[in-house]
Amino acid sequence: MNSLFIRVYEILVGGNRYKLLLSGLGVTLQVTVFSAFFGVVLGLLLAVMKLGDKSKGILRIPYIISSAYIDVIRGTPSVVQLLIIYHIVFGGIKNVPPVIIAIIAFAINSSAYVAEIFRGGILAVDIGQTEAGISLGLSKVQTMRYVVVPQALKNAFPALANEFIVLMKETAIVGYIALQDLTKAGDFIISRTYNAFIPLFTVALVYFVIIKFLTKLFNMFEGRLRKSDIR
Amino acid sequence: MIYVDSLRKDFGNIKVLKGITEKITKGEVVAIIGPSGSGKSTFLRCLNLLEQPTSGTITVDGEVITQKGFNVNALRQKMGMVFQHFNLFPHLTVTENILLAPIKLKKLTADEAEKIALNLLKRVGLTEKANSYPAQLSGGQKQRIAIARALAMSPKIMLFDEPTSALDPEMVGEVLDVMKGLAADGMTMVVVTHEMGFAREAADRVIFMDDGIIAEKGTPSQIFQNPQNPRTQSFLSKVL
Repeated sequence: MNSLFIRVYEILVGGNRYKLLLSGLGVTLQVTVFSAFFGVVLGLLLAVMKLGDKSKGILRIPYIISSAYIDVIRGTPSVVQLLIIYHIVFGGIKNVPPVIIAIIAFAINSSAYVAEIFRGGILAVDIGQTEAGISLGLSKVQTMRYVVVPQALKNAFPALANEFIVLMKETAIVGYIALQDLTKAGDFIISRTYNAFIPLFTVALVYFVIIKFLTKLFNMFEGRLRKSDIR
Repeated sequence: MIYVDSLRKDFGNIKVLKGITEKITKGEVVAIIGPSGSGKSTFLRCLNLLEQPTSGTITVDGEVITQKGFNVNALRQKMGMVFQHFNLFPHLTVTENILLAPIKLKKLTADEAEKIALNLLKRVGLTEKANSYPAQLSGGQKQRIAIARALAMSPKIMLFDEPTSALDPEMVGEVLDVMKGLAADGMTMVVVTHEMGFAREAADRVIFMDDGIIAEKGTPSQIFQNPQNPRTQSFLSKVL
């Protein structure tokens, strides 16, 4: 047992390698938080577009765009999307920090899933709510904004929290574009120390602890959202 | 106040309203009765354009609301509506429910808004529920709050779509009392209802609808004591 601690110390503290893990964790969190934020904004927009008019000529365009976007993003691997954005979209542009590229790629990827989550959340709000809103003289947009979306968010929150957790783990692929996140840092330590066990389990543990913490946080927040359900 | 001319409404191939012509004057309380599927609710929902009429015109306050490009939101601000299933906003407190539209549309100060909410809550007798959420109210209380919410924009006309049909029997009275109070204050009201007692006592006029048309109309005593149309007679014999 003692010798394990010594090994852990040697591998993680020796050569200040824990700093690699910390800065890697910083990158992971940065990419996750920013892409989740933009993913949610874009996702909400896509959801509203997809719920729009499906019947008539020109009004159908938002629906078609949104549906096609969601189809393409969900139908292709996120690694491939990341590589396309890195090599092709930003291929000719110099000095774009890979973190930005990763955030863009994951925001695009996540938005497609978030859109479907929101769409479900919005559809679950009774049509009577919309009718009540517009019957008061609120515009359709105001009704959406003040009546439907707040309830849709509550409906969608568990699935949204889940998407955030999935997204965080998904960012482990940013090593493909030479970005040193938590996973890549672990990988790097393996190559330096020729020990796979300790770095990999440390990395796994860090993901686990953070996600456990987030889960607690989400549960607390959900409790607050459900305040109005208490009888 | 409201003039409806040859109103028709189809849902796909189903003709729900087959030509309705009717005039409702200011301050009048009109009860619409009739069997289910007769088009009562659809007629009511056409009045504030929750349903878009297939043909015909509706004029409210001298404005043809069925014309293209008409400002529907402004119309709805002067026409409150109360629904069978209340449709209170579950994520907002009672006060927030009442004030959502006035605050977003009238840009009230906090003081003015509070006054409006308090007055309306007094009117429906629920001041103690100001900070409750809809889930904490009984059905009758929910419907009274829904009425208060519809009144918050100071509408000139109130539409009621079977306001007591989803209530437990012992709660019907409290809602009808609020409605009678409104009627006594001179509000123009159109009420789709199965409460024959309310139609008889509080309505100035009763309209009997059957199969998408107005089969008979008249004062409550004409309709209830001396119905002419056999369909009215058969309907009333079933419900009274």
